[in-house]
Formats: sequence, C-alpha cells, structure tokens
Amino acid sequence: MSDSVQAVNVAAQEKDERIRSVPAWKKLLHRPEFGSLSGAILVFVFFILTAGDSGMFAADGVINWVTVSAQLGVIAIGACLLMIAGEFDLSIGSMIGFAGMMMTIPAVYWGWPIWAAIIFAFIGAMFIGYLNGYVVVKTGLPSFIVTLAFLFILRGLTIALSILFTNRTIVGGVKKFSENDWLAPLFGGTFGNGLFVWLADMGVIDSYKDGSPIVEGIPMVVIWCLLLAAISSWILLRTSYGNWIYAVGGDDKAARNVGVPVDKVKISLFMFTAFTATVYAACQVFEFGSAAADRGVLKEFEAIIAVVIGGALLTGGYGTVIGACLGALIFGVVQMGIFFTGIDSDWFRVFLGVMLLAAVLFNNYIRKRVTEARH
Amino acid sequence: MSEFIIELKKVSRFFGSVIALQNIDMQVKLGEVHCLLGDNGAGKSTLIKTLAGVHAPSEGEYHFEGKSVVFKSPVDALDSGIATVYQDLALVPLMSVTRNFFMGRELTKGKGIFKRFDIEKADKIAQQGMADMGINVRDPSQAIGTMSGGERQCLAIARAIHFGAKVLILDEPTAALGVKQSANVLKVVAKAKARGLAVILITHNVHHAYPIADRFTLLNRGQSLGSFLKSEVSREDVLEMMAGGQELDELTAELEEFSRLDASA
Repeated sequence: MSDSVQAVNVAAQEKDERIRSVPAWKKLLHRPEFGSLSGAILVFVFFILTAGDSGMFAADGVINWVTVSAQLGVIAIGACLLMIAGEFDLSIGSMIGFAGMMMTIPAVYWGWPIWAAIIFAFIGAMFIGYLNGYVVVKTGLPSFIVTLAFLFILRGLTIALSILFTNRTIVGGVKKFSENDWLAPLFGGTFGNGLFVWLADMGVIDSYKDGSPIVEGIPMVVIWCLLLAAISSWILLRTSYGNWIYAVGGDDKAARNVGVPVDKVKISLFMFTAFTATVYAACQVFEFGSAAADRGVLKEFEAIIAVVIGGALLTGGYGTVIGACLGALIFGVVQMGIFFTGIDSDWFRVFLGVMLLAAVLFNNYIRKRVTEARH
Repeated sequence: MSEFIIELKKVSRFFGSVIALQNIDMQVKLGEVHCLLGDNGAGKSTLIKTLAGVHAPSEGEYHFEGKSVVFKSPVDALDSGIATVYQDLALVPLMSVTRNFFMGRELTKGKGIFKRFDIEKADKIAQQGMADMGINVRDPSQAIGTMSGGERQCLAIARAIHFGAKVLILDEPTAALGVKQSANVLKVVAKAKARGLAVILITHNVHHAYPIADRFTLLNRGQSLGSFLKSEVSREDVLEMMAGGQELDELTAELEEFSRLDASA
C-alpha cells in the first residue's frame, strides 16, 4: 500500500507545475510562532545591549526573569489551548486567588494535611472550570461574558470566605505545615540544588560568603512550565484530541458535523485552564508561605496577552503552545529587564500595549495569508 | 438482493400541516449518478435529509440494500455507508488538508497514553485520496483556506469516499463555483461513479446535471414528476419539466416585449 502511495506521490509531484520551492525562511514566516520568536530575539538583543552588564544575565538575574516568565507561562498554556478552541477564560486571575485560599485555609485553620488541601484545591478549581465550561456550552453565551461573571464571583468569594473563616485576607504560616509534606515541595521547592552547589564550587556562578550558591536551584514553577508546555504541545499537535481542539476553534459547526465531541472538548479545556491556575496558585503559596485574597489580579489579561503575542488568533483555530510560552518569555524578560536597565518601570505597560497591538496586527496579516484562497 | 442500493417507496414527509414531500418514488443504483432536480422549495433538501437519516419518512418505506430501514440519525446512515456532503462542506479553513481529511476520525498509532495521530501516514493517505480524484495537493500540511472552492469540494468528497461511503449525496456541489471549477467537481463525481459508488447529485443547474447523470428525478412542490433514464429524455425536456422551464419562457417573452417597446419608442 505505502509503496504504491509513494509512487503516485512522486508522479503527482513531478507533473505538478504549480509547485515552486519556497525558501525555508518564508515557510518559517507562516508558522504561528514566528512573530513571538522574532520578538523574543529582539527583546534579548535589546537587553543584552542596554543591560548586559547590570546583572540581568548573571545566574540570579536569569533565575529572576525565568521564574516570572514561567509563572505566566503556566497559565498562558491553559489560556492558549482554550483560545485555540475558540473560548476565553477571564476568571483565571480570580481562580488563582481562590485556589490559593482553598489550599491554605483547610491546612492552617482546619488542620488538614497539606497534601489533602492541595488535592482539594485542584478538585475544587477544576469543578469551577467545569461549571464555566458547562454554562458556556449549554447556554451558547460568549465565554467572555460567562467568565467575566466568574471573575467577579470568584474574587468576591475569595475575599468574603477568607474573612468569614479566618477574619483576614492574607493567610500566612503555611511554611510550618508544608515543610515535611510530600506534595508541597513539588510546587514550592527548587530543583537541581546539587548542580548549583557544584556550579558555585566550580566558580561558574557566584556564591554567598558562607559558600552557598547565589541561586539555590531552579524553582519548581519553571519545571511545571516546561513539563506542561511539552505535554500540551504534544497533545495539541500529535493526538486526535489536539486535532479536535483546532477543529472546535476553527469551525465548531463543521467539527460537530464530522462527529467531534465539541462540548466535551470545550469543557475539558475550561477545566485544564483552572488546573493551570491552581498550579500557579500552589507555586506562589508554597514559595511565599501564604495566600492572599488579591493574588492573581489581572493575570487573566497577562495570560491572554502572552498567548496573542505567541501568535494565536483571538477567534480560535490557530496558534501553538510554544508560541504562548515565547509570549510569556517576552513578557517576563521585558518586565524584569526594564528594572535592570533602570528605566522607570511605568514604561513597561506602555511597551506591553504596543507589543500587543503589533502582535495582533501581525497575526491578522498571517490569518489573511492562510485563509484567503489563491486561485 | 435488489438491483438498487436505495429505494424509496411512496415516501412522504410532513412538518405539522406542511407537506414537504408526497409519495416520492426513487431508485438509486451503484455506479450511477442520480440527479435530483428541482427549483427552490421543491423539496430537494427535505428529500436528501430523509435519505441522510436527518428526517425519518412520515409515510412510505426506505429500502437500503434491499431491506427496509429507519435511520435514527445521520451517524447511523453514515455507518451504513450513506455520506452526505452539505454545502458548508464541514471543513475548517485554518486547518491543513490532512487535519481536515481526518477530522473527527483521526488515524492513530500507539497505545494507551501514547496513542497519537499518525500524521505522516495520514498525509500520504490524504494526498493519495486527493490524487485519486485528480487533484494534486501541493502540500498536505497547507491550510485549506488557500485552496479554491472546487478543490475544497473535492476534498470533502474524497474524504467521504475514503471513509467507506457507498452512497454519496452531494448538495449543490457546484452552486458557488465558476465554470472551470464546476467542471473539476463534475469530473470528481464521474470518478466516484467509476469506482462503483452511487452518487445522488442535487442541483438546479441542468447544464451541470445533464452531461454526468444517468438518471433524473424531478421534484416540484414536494411531488415527484417522475424518474427518467437519460436515454429517455433530452436536456430540453428536463429543463421544460423543471418549474424554471415555463417561467423562463415567460421571461423570454417579456424581454422581447420590452425590446419591442424600446424600439418603437
């Protein structure tokens, strides 16, 4: 079978005069990640020139912006898959605050073991994600409105419930419960500590006076980001479910007509977005040892910005996880880099807005190239 | 087994007090193109939806492969080998040829959590399926948004054939196409017929239907004006029988009247 297939392919290609060889760089131009990749390179060149000697590219500086990028990357991955499927989740930021409280209050006030509280938070958050998705799918309302409602509901609940149960909006003292837990270090710990001790001993990275390395290890949130990126990217590009995500976002009616379970795909992605928000929340809670009711404010927009800079279309059906991660990297590098260059950090938002606009214009141009028929 | 793969016997379909179809008799044979002609509102859509399993007949019998059947849903009909290509084609412009070809029925390899979409093999099958229909796909990973309307129609047809259709129902496949592209689609229809499929072609363009059809069924206001073999009728007869024939004669007469008035003015 495959032999004959190949024979025909060769014949078909030989006699097709319409094929012209496209240079590799032009092919690259048509990939969704192109904009964010070139943006990332630009940003790095800029900061190497302007802040190269400021410590931004020393070990602790690198860990600093890598961590910020990874935090955003985690939720951007969730937002990315959901956006490719044609939906938004504006409740991500509020979910971060809510999930943080769901794992601290039971542990600190109700005496639950930390691992149980973490699992409780994941289940609770994913149930809310399910609710988001269910309402969107069953009512046919735009997810923009439904999740905007949940943005307020969840933020309000976070503040009201934490006042009700603890009489405060910042719940601290998690550290002493999480120290000997088996699950908490997966979020709040660091990775590769031995390697960094060794690197410090070798003099590759700086160390403190007592000889301990200036960087303890790679924060777990970075590992989460890389892991989620690899798995989600594989699922999106290489599985049936990934094909359904593109189909649902590209044209849900067409997808339904060929038997794609549109509603299930959408609901499961709302749950995944809630999952990533909870990962973000857990990493913060166990890094700082506290949860606060205002955690994650505006994070939903930052995630959407990262995804759009990463080349996904707001209308769905197009984009990649790698692009979203590059978008998050640009975001983190600029946010931290501006601090290193000594420019007033107020300029960060100006830059962000301009970057977003440029990315959307670029994506729009790509969409035209991809969807308009060439006869 | 009957000589016909699909046979409708006195099928009627009512929507409340509306009679959408009444006493329709129709036979479809493998290796034949059966053209369903009729003006807007003649009942073509209701008839194909009945054939495709969307509507069950209110009265009459639907025989498939010699047995009386009642399809519960379009999926049910599809499983039996009746594939319908509607005008919207059920394609996603932003997705590649291969991803569209296998949308919802992805070719997988591996097991358990490593079960994955076998894109390399799927690429080859999609390209082959299109080549069989006479369309050379330049690059199976290209988005179909870049393809012409005719090529997309052919993709939808090739997909249906690949997934084992025995009866192919095409809803106005040439409606939005130019002359050359229509010809390409009709060639694909001829290829499907040559492969032994039964094709039911819905159109209100006699000039597209006549060259390729083996058999015609004419619908008018929910009733069948009869089925004819091509040898029995001429193109003009067919045109005449369609509601359009009479109307067009009147139009011609009216236009003549106008030009005479213009001339005398």
